[in-house]
Amino acid sequence: MSAGPLDPTTAPTFPIAAKAAMEDSQLRKNVRHATDVIQAKRTRVVDEMPDWQGLREAGKQIREHTMRHLDFYLELFEMNCTRAGGVVHWARDAAEARRIVVGLVRASGSDEVIKIKSMTTEEIQLNPALEAAGIHPYETDLAELIIQLGQDQPSHIVVPALHKNREQIREIFQRTMHLPELGDRPQDLADAARLFLREKFLRVKTGVSGANFLIAETGGVCVVESEGNGRMCLTLPETLITVAGIDKVLPRYQDLEVMLQLLPRSATGERMNPYNSIWTGVDPEDGPRVFHVVLMDNARTEILADDEARQTLNCIRCGACQNACPVYRQTGGHAYGSVYAGPIGAILTPQLQEMHHAQSLPYASSLCGACYEVCPVKINIPEVLIHLRNKVVVQNTSGIAGLFDLEAVAMKAMAAIFRSERRFRAAQRLGRIAETPLVRKDEQGQGWISWLPGMLGGWSQTRDLQEMPKETFRDWWEKRSGHENE
Amino acid sequence: MRVSLFITCYNDTLFPATGKSVVRVLERLGHTVEFPPAQTCCGQMHWNTGYQAEALPLLQRFVDQFREAEAVVVPSSSCVAMMRDHYPKMAAELDDDRLTEDVEALLPKVFEFSEFLTRRLGLEDVGAYYPHRVTYHASCHGLRSLSLGDGPLRLLKAVRGIDLVALDRVEQCCGFGGTFAIKNAAVSSAMLEEKISAVRDTKADTCTACDNSCLMHLQGALHRQHTGVKTLHLAEILAGDQEVQG
Repeated sequence: MSAGPLDPTTAPTFPIAAKAAMEDSQLRKNVRHATDVIQAKRTRVVDEMPDWQGLREAGKQIREHTMRHLDFYLELFEMNCTRAGGVVHWARDAAEARRIVVGLVRASGSDEVIKIKSMTTEEIQLNPALEAAGIHPYETDLAELIIQLGQDQPSHIVVPALHKNREQIREIFQRTMHLPELGDRPQDLADAARLFLREKFLRVKTGVSGANFLIAETGGVCVVESEGNGRMCLTLPETLITVAGIDKVLPRYQDLEVMLQLLPRSATGERMNPYNSIWTGVDPEDGPRVFHVVLMDNARTEILADDEARQTLNCIRCGACQNACPVYRQTGGHAYGSVYAGPIGAILTPQLQEMHHAQSLPYASSLCGACYEVCPVKINIPEVLIHLRNKVVVQNTSGIAGLFDLEAVAMKAMAAIFRSERRFRAAQRLGRIAETPLVRKDEQGQGWISWLPGMLGGWSQTRDLQEMPKETFRDWWEKRSGHENE
Repeated sequence: MRVSLFITCYNDTLFPATGKSVVRVLERLGHTVEFPPAQTCCGQMHWNTGYQAEALPLLQRFVDQFREAEAVVVPSSSCVAMMRDHYPKMAAELDDDRLTEDVEALLPKVFEFSEFLTRRLGLEDVGAYYPHRVTYHASCHGLRSLSLGDGPLRLLKAVRGIDLVALDRVEQCCGFGGTFAIKNAAVSSAMLEEKISAVRDTKADTCTACDNSCLMHLQGALHRQHTGVKTLHLAEILAGDQEVQG
C-alpha cells in the first residue's frame, strides 16, 4: 500500500476500502498470522494472572476518575512538569500542535529529528509537516522505520507494520538501505536497522516522542517499548519534545502499578515491557537539557462532553481489541482510513472528526463483543458503537433528508409494523407473497432465494435464503390452542 | 412452572419449527407454556443499527406483554442480550420511573432457552435423542453478553445417540451482525467463509447454536456451497425423542 497519510476526511468509506484491502491475499495472511501469534501470547500471560478481572476494574476506575477530573489533573501535571524544568505547551488541534513542534525543532537549531514510535504524532501527521518545514524526521522504532522506508502507513496501534512479513521487510531494507546481500533472518534485519539507526542516534540533537502516560502528581512522562531505541531518543538528544493527547494523564505515580501490568500483557503478551522509561523535567547532569511537552486536545474535549462516549478516552492504546477483532482480522488496518484502526479506531476516529467524517466506521463491526472482552480498561466498545450509530442516523435522517433515505424509510416502516400485532401479522403474510417471484426450488423441493434486490443484494452475493415457511409460529399456536379448546 | 414464550419476531416468521420445539421440550418436562399474542419484536435491529427512537416504544410493548409472567423463555441469545444490555438504559432514557421499576422486576425472569434449562431448572439431560454428528457454534451474544459458557454443550452431551464434535475457533463471530451482513457484505462474507470452512472440517451433518440469526447466516452459505450440512436451533435437537426419531 502506498498512498499518502491515512486521512479520515478524505478516506473512502469502510465497505469500499475493506473490499479493496481483502483482495491482497498476502496482507490477509500476514494479518491473520500476526494477530493469532499476539493473541496466543496475550492469552497465556493473562490467564496466569489470578486477579486479572480485578486489575481491569482498577484500570477502568483510574481512567474514569481521571476523565471526571481531567481539568484538575492536567493543570497539576503542568505545574509539576514546569517545576521540574519542563516547558508545557497547549495545542487546541492538530494544526496548532504541528506549528508548535515545528517551531520548537527550529529553535533547537536542528534540521533533523529522531522519533520514538508515537500514534499521536501519526494522528496529527507530524512527519509531512516537518518535511515541509525542511526538517527530516527519522523513525527509530523498527516497525515505524519499516513503514517510513517503505513509504507505507501504520496498520496497527502497537505493531504498525503488522501487515508486512519478513520477506517484504527484507525487500524494503535491501532497496532503501542499499543492501542487496541482506539475509532474511530476524537477526540480519535487526542488524541492518541497528547500523542504520545508530548513526542517527549519535548525530541528531533533537528528539520527538509521544507518551504512554503523563503523571500529574510528579510531572513525569512514561514511555514503554520493546527495543531500547526509544530509550536512545529519550537520553541522547539535547532537546526532547513530547507530544501527548490530554487523555494520557494519570493522577498518581502509583497508578502505574495497575497500568504497567495491564498494558504490556494486553499489548504484546509480555509480563513487562523490556524498556520502561519515566523522566521528570530535565537533569543538568544527564539526558536532554531542554524538555517540552505539547498537550493536545484535538477534539478530545468534545468526546469528554458526551457522557455515553466518554469511555473512549480511557483507552491506553494496547491494540488488544485489534488483535481480537474478527473484522480487523479480515481487512487489516488501512481499511479504517485512520491511524487508529480496528474496534478502537471505529469509535475514536469518527469522534476525532467530530462526527463529520468516517461515518461508516461505527458500522464496521458485527458487535460480537470480542473487543470489550479483552479491553484492559473495560471500554464497552459495542455500546459506544451503537451510540455513535444513533448519532449518525440522527445527523443524516433528520428533516427532509430522512424522507429520501431508503434505509431510514424502511426502518421506520418496520418500527410501525412492530408497534401493532395486526400490522405485524399483515406484514408476515405480505412477506410470503412478495418473496414468491424470487423463490426457486432445489433438488429436495425446498424453496430458496439466491438473488435479492437493492441493498439486500449484499446478502445474496454469497448466501442463499430459505423461503418463508407457510405457517408462522403464531398461526400454529392459534390453531393448536383452538383444537385444545374444542 | 408457567412459562411465557417470547418467540421473537424472526423466529415467529422464519423459524416456527424452533418455537414448536421449545414448546415440545418444556411440555415434555411438565411445564405449561403460554404465548402472549400481542408480542412482536424486542427492538434489537433498530437499536443496534442506530434507530433508537424507533426501538424505544418496543420496550414498553414487551413489558406490557410479559409483566405478569412467572418466567419468560426466549430462543434467541441476541434478543436476550438486547434486553439485559440495553433495556435498563432505555427505560432511564425514557425517564419513566414505572417502566424502570417494571424492567428491573422483569429482567431477572427472562431466560435464553438453554439458560432456562441449565440455570433455572438445573437440567442437563432433557430426554432427547438425536443420532447425528453435530457441531456447536457459540453465538457471540450468548457467549459474551449472557456468559452461557458450556451450558449448551452440556445439554448436547446428554443427548442420546449424538456424536458431538468441537468446532475450531468456536468463539469467533460468524459475521452476521444484523445489518452488518448487508452494509459490509464483503467483510461479513469473508468472516462467514472462515466459519463455514471450520464447520466443513468437523464432518458434522448438523450445525447448531442458540441463535437462529447466526444459523440463518451459516445456512445461507452452507446451502449455496452445496455442503449438505443442515442447521438446527439447539431446541430442535433437544426436542428430538426416541418415538419421533427412532
